[in-house]
Amino acid sequence: MTVSTEVRNRTAGGIGESPVRPDGTFKVTGQFAYSSDLWMDGMLWGATLRSPHPRARITSIDVGPALKLAGVSAVLTHDDVPGEKVYGLEIADQPVLAFDEVRYQGEPVVIVAADHPETARRAAALVVVDYEVVEPVTDPREAVGHPDWKPVHDEPGERTAMSRDRAPVHPHGNIVRHQRIRFGDPDAVTADVVVQGDYEVGMQDQAFLGPESGLAVPADDGGVDLYVATQWLHVDRRQMSGALALPEEKIRLTLAGVGGAFGAREDLSMQVHACMLALRTGRPVKMVYSREESFFGHVHRHPALMRYEHGADRDGRLVYVRAHILLDGGAYTSSTPAVVGNASTLGVGPYDVPNVGMDCWGVYTNNPPCGAMRGFGAVQAAFGYESQMDKLAAAVGLSPVEIRTLNAVSEGSILPTGQRIDSPAPVAELMHRLDAMPLPGSVDQDIRLLPGGVSNTTHGEGVRRGVGYAVGIKNVGFSEGFDDYSTARVRIELVGDEPSVLVHTAAVEVGQGLVTVQAQIARSELGVERVTVAAADTQVGSGGSTSASRQTYVTGGAVRAGCAAVRSSLFERAAARYGPGEFRLVAGKVESLVDGVVGDIASLLLDGPVEHTVQWRHRPTQPLDEATGRGNAHVQWAFCAHRAVVDVDVELGLIRVVELACVQDVGKAMNPDAVLGQIHGGSAQGLGLAVMEEVQVVDGKLRNPSFTDYLMPTIMDMPPMRVEVLELADPHSPYGLRGVGEPPTISSTPAIVAAVRAASGVDLKRVPIRPEHLVAAALCH
Amino acid sequence: MQLHVNGRLHELALDNRTTLLDALREHLGLTGSKKGCDHGQCGACTVLVDGRRINSCLALAVTLDGVEIRTIEGLSDDGALHPVQQAFLDRDGFQCGYCTPGQICSAVGMLDEFDQGWPSAVTTGGQPAALDAGEVRERMSGNLCRCGAYMNIVPAILDVADAAAGRSSA
Repeated sequence: MTVSTEVRNRTAGGIGESPVRPDGTFKVTGQFAYSSDLWMDGMLWGATLRSPHPRARITSIDVGPALKLAGVSAVLTHDDVPGEKVYGLEIADQPVLAFDEVRYQGEPVVIVAADHPETARRAAALVVVDYEVVEPVTDPREAVGHPDWKPVHDEPGERTAMSRDRAPVHPHGNIVRHQRIRFGDPDAVTADVVVQGDYEVGMQDQAFLGPESGLAVPADDGGVDLYVATQWLHVDRRQMSGALALPEEKIRLTLAGVGGAFGAREDLSMQVHACMLALRTGRPVKMVYSREESFFGHVHRHPALMRYEHGADRDGRLVYVRAHILLDGGAYTSSTPAVVGNASTLGVGPYDVPNVGMDCWGVYTNNPPCGAMRGFGAVQAAFGYESQMDKLAAAVGLSPVEIRTLNAVSEGSILPTGQRIDSPAPVAELMHRLDAMPLPGSVDQDIRLLPGGVSNTTHGEGVRRGVGYAVGIKNVGFSEGFDDYSTARVRIELVGDEPSVLVHTAAVEVGQGLVTVQAQIARSELGVERVTVAAADTQVGSGGSTSASRQTYVTGGAVRAGCAAVRSSLFERAAARYGPGEFRLVAGKVESLVDGVVGDIASLLLDGPVEHTVQWRHRPTQPLDEATGRGNAHVQWAFCAHRAVVDVDVELGLIRVVELACVQDVGKAMNPDAVLGQIHGGSAQGLGLAVMEEVQVVDGKLRNPSFTDYLMPTIMDMPPMRVEVLELADPHSPYGLRGVGEPPTISSTPAIVAAVRAASGVDLKRVPIRPEHLVAAALCH
Repeated sequence: MQLHVNGRLHELALDNRTTLLDALREHLGLTGSKKGCDHGQCGACTVLVDGRRINSCLALAVTLDGVEIRTIEGLSDDGALHPVQQAFLDRDGFQCGYCTPGQICSAVGMLDEFDQGWPSAVTTGGQPAALDAGEVRERMSGNLCRCGAYMNIVPAILDVADAAAGRSSA
């Protein structure tokens, strides 16, 4: 028997459409239950006591005063951790609760359960912890003791009186990962035109609005059920299993509503703590971080120090790139190795460069831990290499668009890792399309539309218009040999008389629209409009992480494969019923390719439901060679370009982003509305990094853990956008799709900075740009 | 004390330090109003008090004895969505949805303020005849959306304003 795998998208609500989100009505009516909304009779509230010091030795912990407070049920320290005392995504080095030493301000030391959240917080404050404060390591250059932070050119490195080797934050030293890229002959090669620059990226926070929270419920079998907002249920469970000394099957996770993620939920926060308290007290325990606590409760984007040298011929064609990238990972490993991998392999951007010498370090300091945030590694590097491309353009007399199209990678290009780009890479087309878009009108003299707005700071005297361009590259999916897969269970059955499909995965919806697109895939693949996506939980195999722009690709691929398995079973039933032939399923009907409609899908289900569970993985990738960076490390690349138009008050240092234009290739727009949403949102977060967002850390301490002091874009700050979406299919991915979520975060930041440079004439080297960067430079002129 | 919420009267004994937000969420089980910051910085807790939008995290419940409070749960009418709720759905005016109840309550209050002729900080030369994008942005700038759905929130609100004024927007 032969079966057709052809799918026609004639079933309403299938791929390529933008059906209403299945969770949409719940979200607009307030019925959607986020992790902070959960409630259970008899539940207790958890609270966390955190270290006030970036670095200190713990000499004693006295929980007695806290235990005496009425309403307190448990006060736990590291002594109460049932299993392994440390956890981590890649390297287990982060204490569940601090023992011996605290390594960052805000590190959890003691947890409390009480009958009221205020009681729990007051009890935590009564715990007496004696610390012996130690001078923290806060400068990543000092952390590595400068052994490799050598200049890429012939000037001496920046050593100050403060520079010295510091005591290691961890016993094995302060370097988490050092990745070298050596491509061509980067040491010996020379070039006619050379541009150099030092660049710095500040610490950005994901600042999701729904704080870390969840509800742990002790179970009769000695295990625990946890309802939580996270990005990867199964890897949470794996880490919890070690810490709780429970087999994984006794820890059941169910995804609660996720109020944004952006990477900050990739690591554990309250998961183990709430379960420890629930298991100790035998009662449900809810934990919800406050906003201030949230700033201490998750990892941030790695701050970066970068030194780039670009060599080119007189026409502007790149000859070499040499670069050092130093990423401050803070006190614990988190995702730092992967961030280093991305920053190094993508560190020259989407350009053909015959000779590359790149060194990228991720280091430990006593600053807040840094890990995953949208576009990690690629975001930091893009600010460096795109700043350099503009410098190079100026040096050879080309426009920003010309220098980028001249050097753009294309399908078939060889990256500095030696990997060949084996799918469309329309970088030059992105730039041409941006260039062809109309520009907004000249500076609007309406004071409401000037920098400073209704603060009435100018009547336009010092306001200058600037336009800037940038393009970025991002790997999609997990790289460097990671076994990246997802699992989907697909079931079709009659509900009433109507065929109905249930899709069950553990993949996490964070707002990007994954539940919508899973249903769309099932509709198109099975010809059934009635599709339900089950709540994500650990009752089905891992869906992998909602990160690396990978879920539509990988879980989408798994759902498609699950549907294909179900379809094959249905075709066997069709062959038995209608005779051998080739069939397809469209809009509730079974069609024979020869005879047209032969029956209803419903009739094939009279014999009972069909269910298949499949694992699906993308093409394998390879690790990088440590010394040269060679390796086919990535499975897919995504490209996005921005043009920013800004007005800058050069006297006051105020910036207004007037317009953002964006062109992105998404391979296949599975859900066009969701694609636009990702482009809007990613661009907004890139805007934030460019002009306002920074977790300010002084001597290892956070200075602005609130939304009054950590500024992020409001509806006033986000300008209108022009967006063009290309759909150049990747032959290796499901439906030809490309990951969408991260790329727009990458190029919007350098495009805005380029526009501000063009407006102000100031050689900006750091994001976020602060008014004083502009004004101080202007005063020096 | 008595709290009138969404047309129902609740007798409550509250600690006088309890915010309206905590009273709604923890005492009445109305968790639609969200706690994003608890400091009046994000707007996720926005509710309507006598028709006016406020940050419920900044109001003490005991000060609201007897006034009419409307939350996101009280906007829809027997299952029919409020026009602003429908517009947010139609325009995909959210992603994670955490800020959405506050955005919607804020928009409902804002549209009423506009109808009553309240100027905004960007209003010049008397009240404009119709809301435009600039007015919407200014008037909604107290509600953060970290997913960056602003681009769809503005047309969602304009749809409602235009429909109410008998115009159709693009």
